[in-house]
Order: sequence, then C-alpha cells, then structure tokens
Amino acid sequence: MQKRTKILFILIGLLPISMGIAAGIGAYQILPWRIPRILFFREEGFAVLVHVRFPRVVLSAVVGAMLAISGATLQGIFRNPLADPGLIGVTAGAGLGATLWIVLVGGGALGIWGLPIAAFACGMLVTVSVWKIAEGDGKVSTLTLLLAGIALNSFAGAGIGLMTFLADDEQLRSLTFWLLGGFGGATWPVVFVTLPLAIIGLWVLSRQAAALNAMSLGESEAYHLGVSTEILKRWSVFGVALTVGAAVAAAGGIGFVGLVVPHLLRLLGGADHRYVLPGSAVGGAILLVAADLFSRTVVVPAELPVGIVTALIGGPFFLWLLIRFKREVFL
Amino acid sequence: MAGVTVLLLKEPRSFETAKQRLLMIGKAVGRKKKAVELMAALDADIKKLETKLAARKDEPKQKALFLYLRGTQTTLVLGTHTAPGAMFDIVDAENAAGNIKGNKPMTAEAVIAAQPDVYVLFTTGLESIGGGDGLLKLPGLAHTPAGQNRRVVTLDGQYLSGFGPRCGRAALDLFRGIYEKDGHFIATGE
Repeated sequence: MQKRTKILFILIGLLPISMGIAAGIGAYQILPWRIPRILFFREEGFAVLVHVRFPRVVLSAVVGAMLAISGATLQGIFRNPLADPGLIGVTAGAGLGATLWIVLVGGGALGIWGLPIAAFACGMLVTVSVWKIAEGDGKVSTLTLLLAGIALNSFAGAGIGLMTFLADDEQLRSLTFWLLGGFGGATWPVVFVTLPLAIIGLWVLSRQAAALNAMSLGESEAYHLGVSTEILKRWSVFGVALTVGAAVAAAGGIGFVGLVVPHLLRLLGGADHRYVLPGSAVGGAILLVAADLFSRTVVVPAELPVGIVTALIGGPFFLWLLIRFKREVFL
Repeated sequence: MAGVTVLLLKEPRSFETAKQRLLMIGKAVGRKKKAVELMAALDADIKKLETKLAARKDEPKQKALFLYLRGTQTTLVLGTHTAPGAMFDIVDAENAAGNIKGNKPMTAEAVIAAQPDVYVLFTTGLESIGGGDGLLKLPGLAHTPAGQNRRVVTLDGQYLSGFGPRCGRAALDLFRGIYEKDGHFIATGE
C-alpha cells in the first residue's frame, strides 16, 4: 500500500476514535463504558449526551474539516504556504458581521439565528467584493485576488476594532469569545444547518485536487496543461467562502487549523492534492475535536475559547514538526 | 484646582455600602433631605425582605443561575464578585455558578450538572435570544430543573445590579421571583 493511502486510512480510523473519546469526557460525569447503556435505557445523563455533547462533537469535527480543506485549497491556488482560509476576506467579513450584530443590533429580531446569519452574509459579501475587484476581462488575477483580500481583511479588521471600541463591558466579553471561536452554542439545529453547506463545500473543493496539482507548476503552465484555471479559481473561492462562512457562523473565528493541518499532511506524505485535500479534512476534524475537548474540560465549569487552544497546542507541535522534517519540506 | 468637588465612591456590593453611598451623594449635591427619605424607603424594603428571609430560614435554599446573554454563541454566567452574585447572597439563594469568579462562559453540561432551580436574566439578555422559547433552545438549558419547570426571573440590568436607592426593592423582587413565584416572573420595579 502506498504511504499516502496508509496515512489516509489511519486518519479515517482515528476520527471515530477521537470523537468517541470526546463524547465520553466532560464536565458532567459520565463513565465512557456506560454510554451504550445510557443511550439504550435512557438513563440519567441521556440528555447531556444526546442534546449537549454529541452535537458539540459533531459540529467541531465538521468545522475542523471545513477549515482545514479550505486552507489546503487556498495554499494550492496561491501557491503560497502562508495562505489560510482568512485570505479571501471571508473570516474577517464574518467577524465584522458578528461584531456589528452584537454591538449595534444586540436584540433578538431573528432569535437564535440572528448572529450566525449576520456573520455568514457579511463573510459572503466581503468575499464577493474581493472577487469583483480582482475580476477583469473575464479573468481573475491571482495576485489582485490576494491583494484585494489583504486590503479588505484589514478594512474589516478596522471595523471590528471600531466595534470593540464602542462595545460595553459585557458586549466586549461576548465579542472576544466570538472572535476567538468556540462550540458553546452547538445544538442539533446548528449542526443540521451547517452540515449541508459543509457537504456541498467539501464536495466542490475535493473535486479541484487534480487541477490544483497542475496549478502547483504555475498558473500559465497549468493552463497549457489543459486546466481551465478560471473555473478552478471560481469553484475554489466559492467552496472556501461557503465552508469558511459556515464554519465562522457556527463557531466563530477559529484560527490556525486551516494553516497548519495541510502543512502537517504535506510533511507526512507529500504535496499531492489528491491526498492533501481529503487528508486535511479528516485531520482538521480530529484536531478540532481534540482542541474542543481540551477547551471545555481544562477549566471546568467554565470553558476556554477554542481558538486559544488550537494555537497553544498546535503552535509548538507544528514547530517541532518543522524542525524535525526541515529538509523534507516541499510545497 | 477648578473647585469641582470630586467624590470617590466604592462600588457597593451590600445594603450597608449602598446606604453609605446614597448619603455621601446626597450630601455632596446638597440634597441630604432627599437622601434620607430614599434611605428610609430603602430601610423599609430591607425590613420587609428580612421578615421574609426569617420566615423561611430553615427551608432549603434554591439554586439560581445568572445568565448573561447577548446572542447564542456564548452562555456567560455571573459568579462570585459580581453584583447579581451579591444579590443572590442577600436573598439567600445559592449561586449555581459555583466557584466561577466574575463573568465567564459556562459549558452546557456544567450547567446541567449544577442543576439550577431558576434562571435569572437581565431583561435585555432574554430579548437578545428571542425570549423564553429561545432561552430553552440554548444548549443544555432545557435539561435542568429550571428549564423543565420554565422558571425564569427577569429584571432590568441597572435595577438588579446597580445597588442604588432601589436595591432593596430589587432584592425583594428577586426574592419573590426565586421563592414565591412559578414560571416566568418579570420584575417591573414597581
């Protein structure tokens, strides 16, 4: 068996294990081996498992998969190892939408859906603007896409800063938590709204793998190899905007996953996108399930923002990998 | 010096300090008589509350959880060292936030494990998640005694946590909501 296939199989095997462990641990004491009994006989703890812990574990896996595959795609499109899912403006846009909602609206006009809808819509709006700015003569310049993304990112960042300035004490608290991300709001309805977007997004993005491989030679080289780079860019940006918008709307701005997981996969098994894209999706899911488990158990009964955890654990680990595999890094 | 009197006041967390502040401000603005009047009213409210507290002092305490909400993403609870936390102590209710200090997010399952009997919210907080039905849609909140019996007390933010001249009445309202009323009790402050 090829090394890459092996890695993929190992990751796919690890995902249900990590989700099982995460479902068995939490502030509410449930002994893991009692879970089948509790589920079957609806014993004490059933509500915690079914209505609180399961949706949270599933949502963290879905969000992790979306963020990581988006990061891998953008790194491929821009042929830049520093690209992360925030680059085309969707994260900052969604963050701006959420902060505007928290500070200026704050009310319950749309009930529990107000904030996520505002975040998703604003993320889409910023990404569409980035795309329109980069578009000309029916073509989209990759460089302009990157620069427009950076410019609108800092613009949205300034908007978030302004809202932080206007916010009162408690709003500030919700803002911080929202901007650092977390799965405290995970319920089945949130999962069911996020899941279809995730499936469409993951499907669209995973289909770009072969074209992204050609793209790694350079844009014109890919074009001469018969890849229609415009269509590739269009679908990739669409898929990334959809998945990252949904991820941010569901769980806030969780950094780091989209940047690091694809690199991890490349360090382990090379840069073939047919392996990196699915591998990142599964790896991202595992990473976020673990990070969320940590964030909700380490300061019981309170919880840490999961974005802090991903950076805190992931950063040093990534550095270690970098040092260990220094010579084998290729992109 | 511009001749402006500057008054440094401690943030009150008890009736005693609230009264001291009331008097100091009354003196400083030359309305001592009004301050004494307000204090008499406050004292009357405190008396009423003390009678009620004495009547039920051997009964078990109810567990109350203060939820600070602004949208659904995070469920912040107010623990010790907060004004609502101090109000819980005053009305002899147990704070279900346990050892949490200040305002922090509490995980849904920790809320279930704490088994609060009643949720207390600011009026604006309940509005921000679409009222009582929205509240029970938040993770875990439906699966506690408070959620199952739909026991919610809402008060105006400044009324509950300001420790101003109305703090005695606010404490009375909180006591009513926690110990005397069923379902959703909306304290109007009247």
